[in-house]
Amino acid sequence: MENGSLALQYLLSGITKGSIYAVVAIGFNLIYSATGIINFAQGEFVMLGGMVAVTLAHYVPLPVAIAGAVGVVALVGCLLELALFRRLQRHSVLHLIIITMGLSIVIQEAALHIWDEKVRSLPYFTGSEVSSVRFLGAAISPQVLWVLGTVALVVLALHVFLRYTLQGRAMRACSSNPEAAMLAGINIPNMRTLSFGLSAGLGALAGCVISPITMTHYEMGAPLAIKGFAAAILGGLGNPMAAVAGGLLVGILEAASVSRLPAVYNDVAAFAILLFVLFVRPQGLFGSPTSDTVREH
Amino acid sequence: MALLEVENVRRSFGGLVAVDGVSLSVNAGQIKGVIGPNGAGKTTLFNMISGLLKPDTGQIMFNDRPITGLKPYQIARAGISRTFQNPSLFLQMNVLQNVMVGRHSRTRLDFFGCGLRWPGQLREEKTIRDAARAQLESVGLAYLADWPAGALPFGQRRMVELARALATEPQMLLLDEPASGLNTREKEDLALLIRKIRDRGITTLLVEHDMSVVMGLSDDIIVLHNGCTIAEGAPQAVQNDPRVISVYLGEELQGDGGGRDASPRRPLPLSSGNYSRQSA
Amino acid sequence: MNRFRQILPFTLFPVVVVGAQLVMRATETEYCLTQLTMAVYYAIVVMGLCLLMGYAGQVSLGHGAFFAIGGYASAVLTTYDFSRFKGAPWAGWLQKAHLLIARQDLYGNTAMTFSPWAAFLTAMLATFFIALLIGYPALRLRGHYLAMATLGFGLIVSKMLLGSNITGAADGINGVPAWKLLPGLAVTGKSAGRVQNYYIACGLALLVLVLLRNLVHSRVGRALQAIHDRETAANAMGINTAACKLKVFVLSALLAAMAGVFFTHYTGGIAPSEAGALKSVRYVALAAAGGMANLWGVTVMSVALNYLSLRGWFGTYDNAVFGAILILIISLAPEGPLKPLGLWLRRLTGTRPPSPTSHDPNHVSRFTFHASPAAELAPQTDERATGRSPQHGAP
Repeated sequence: MENGSLALQYLLSGITKGSIYAVVAIGFNLIYSATGIINFAQGEFVMLGGMVAVTLAHYVPLPVAIAGAVGVVALVGCLLELALFRRLQRHSVLHLIIITMGLSIVIQEAALHIWDEKVRSLPYFTGSEVSSVRFLGAAISPQVLWVLGTVALVVLALHVFLRYTLQGRAMRACSSNPEAAMLAGINIPNMRTLSFGLSAGLGALAGCVISPITMTHYEMGAPLAIKGFAAAILGGLGNPMAAVAGGLLVGILEAASVSRLPAVYNDVAAFAILLFVLFVRPQGLFGSPTSDTVREH
Repeated sequence: MALLEVENVRRSFGGLVAVDGVSLSVNAGQIKGVIGPNGAGKTTLFNMISGLLKPDTGQIMFNDRPITGLKPYQIARAGISRTFQNPSLFLQMNVLQNVMVGRHSRTRLDFFGCGLRWPGQLREEKTIRDAARAQLESVGLAYLADWPAGALPFGQRRMVELARALATEPQMLLLDEPASGLNTREKEDLALLIRKIRDRGITTLLVEHDMSVVMGLSDDIIVLHNGCTIAEGAPQAVQNDPRVISVYLGEELQGDGGGRDASPRRPLPLSSGNYSRQSA
Repeated sequence: MNRFRQILPFTLFPVVVVGAQLVMRATETEYCLTQLTMAVYYAIVVMGLCLLMGYAGQVSLGHGAFFAIGGYASAVLTTYDFSRFKGAPWAGWLQKAHLLIARQDLYGNTAMTFSPWAAFLTAMLATFFIALLIGYPALRLRGHYLAMATLGFGLIVSKMLLGSNITGAADGINGVPAWKLLPGLAVTGKSAGRVQNYYIACGLALLVLVLLRNLVHSRVGRALQAIHDRETAANAMGINTAACKLKVFVLSALLAAMAGVFFTHYTGGIAPSEAGALKSVRYVALAAAGGMANLWGVTVMSVALNYLSLRGWFGTYDNAVFGAILILIISLAPEGPLKPLGLWLRRLTGTRPPSPTSHDPNHVSRFTFHASPAAELAPQTDERATGRSPQHGAP
């Protein structure tokens, strides 16, 4: 019984982490679909969301702080696209990816200088560090339910948006055939900006909701980005919903490795998954094998 | 004994069958043409012969050795060289360097030899340079040697690509729509050049849309339609083949006097025109 | 003219190297040689990356890992006490071959460690196999997938080095002994050997530059550029692109590892941060700053920027500077800032690059083919010749 409960504990922890990876992976997919760029600064949006929310929370009630943080970071995402990526359309995709890596470093360092290296966190949304709820036989923090609930809501809302609203369908059109979309009257540059803004905002929301559990610090962006990317390609790049599956899977596998290996090797699991997927099945679980954007021949 | 034997190859993409059981053979010293409407499978066939695609079924033999499914560089080393529909020059290099790349498979020195300047490396480099220059001269573009490849107009890129393919000392040349994008004069020159290449002993298989070019040049023609062979033979025979005519015009013409001049058995304007044999 | 421009940097190099040292001696700032030496070793990594990224067009965001593998391999082998294996047959055999030696460690105890030369060779072998293992699957990937794969590899190495006790975990390894290259020539951090080690580093850099320059201006260099430019066409011309990419990847990895070994013996230790993503991205930034495919540009930029960084000029903004460099250079001048600088200088001095059309003013656009390829091109007189000139691109 004890063992089962421990396993469940790990599983839930994996799902919790995994849902954050899922949100980062969705962010990757949104931007990739609309622009073809792998935005390495994705993880920094999560970090910024938490940081900004923590600062705002000193002055306004928590829900307002969170909303504010999401808004600010979404705005940052839009501004980045407008100021930087819109001017760089002639560049090869590889150049752009290298630029986003540089961007991630710059944002990280900026955060260090704005907020210093201390670890911060938002207060628990309900209850405190010690409150716990019984869930399927395991004791978990109510924050976990907040995380799962928020991510589920985000996924649902995104699904509805992409499928049933005009803007969402325009985004999907953009990703599958930009020229045709342009001819149909869709404003491609605005779609790109929207994709950046949306990714940034979603990342910020994830950052806020996970903050009480994993803390927020200036260096958390990079590992999140890589794990989120691993999740995105595990699901299959180009498919935002598959990213959710990818994220959860990465989280669970990571938790499994945590339960077996020393703590320092935590991150290695996600990186190993990344390599494994890239080498063995680069189109991911749900991607189509004939996609020639991955392999040379 | 045929130089190239394509035996019943088939290739599909998803649900679409691009090439459906095509067989052809090319004898040494021949110029063979492959024609057919768009979507007939000509480029897919080419890609299978040159190794860019693997046939689903069927075999390809070259010099009595199977080359099915070999990688493109292996096929190049075996003696088949090709040009592409859109000239694929290395735009960051100049013209001479492009042609020098063609000598790669006939020369040896690799990382160690070149990095450490093994004895003979300088000599090998000189022979590469000279051979490349000679090939450029043979297509009449030696004066362009130092031009950046990206600065050339379309027709000249074509010719440099041809020089590069010739630099590999091929036994057989695959030309993918060499005349497309060229004007009348350039097409005449191209035809002359291909004939001279044949005189050098190199066999040619070419895909072409321009009827005058292909009818005038080829010893033998194969017609593809929807992935199948519908006719094969000498240009004259193929021109008069009713199946070929119907495929290009849509259906048999009925003489009904309603303003139409065409009679059902009048051969198509697929004649040799300016590119016929006598103007060598 | 071309030959002169190629040889010129090689003749300037010793002048600059010696000059810098003499200037430092004169201004009594010879302690700066330490950072300069370190910067030169880092530059060797970037040179290899220049070949890989600039010429072959393959991105690697994990070269810090190879530097670290080289450094750690030699560090561990020269500091770990193998005495416990005294009884084993292989230990006896290695001792006889003078690969395993007894030496005094920091505390005066006798320890059995590998000799630095043995450690170096082992490190190179290890790097060779690891680079093959990673390169073979990774190089089949394109563009950003390759970038991510190399990044992932670098991170795994970094985490494993952080996590293992044998590699000293977060503290890294210290007390790495000096390496006697030849009688009288040793790679060591002792201040007495400072000038000598500076010249060792520059000498190594020069050797690497000569090697790479030879490669670039040869059949191999053309093949790499062809692969970068249009891989399909390169393949169709008989170049085994997969093998070529793998070879250049392994070569660049070996260069990085070699730099790592020398660096470790010079500084006497190594830390896990050398394998991290920040370092790897920094190498890429330096390659970009130098002009990706410009060996000399890359060397100059790497040495200069790393030196400034090591001397602390960028303060706490160290990483941010390299990130910013990456963004600015790739967005504004993807071929490196030195190219527009060169063009501007040329415009300033009024010299123009030789125009290709100057070779043939009476050009007739007509293809001619001669039965014997070596025959001279004779102008064709033909009433159809219109003598139209080629359309220029941009001379």
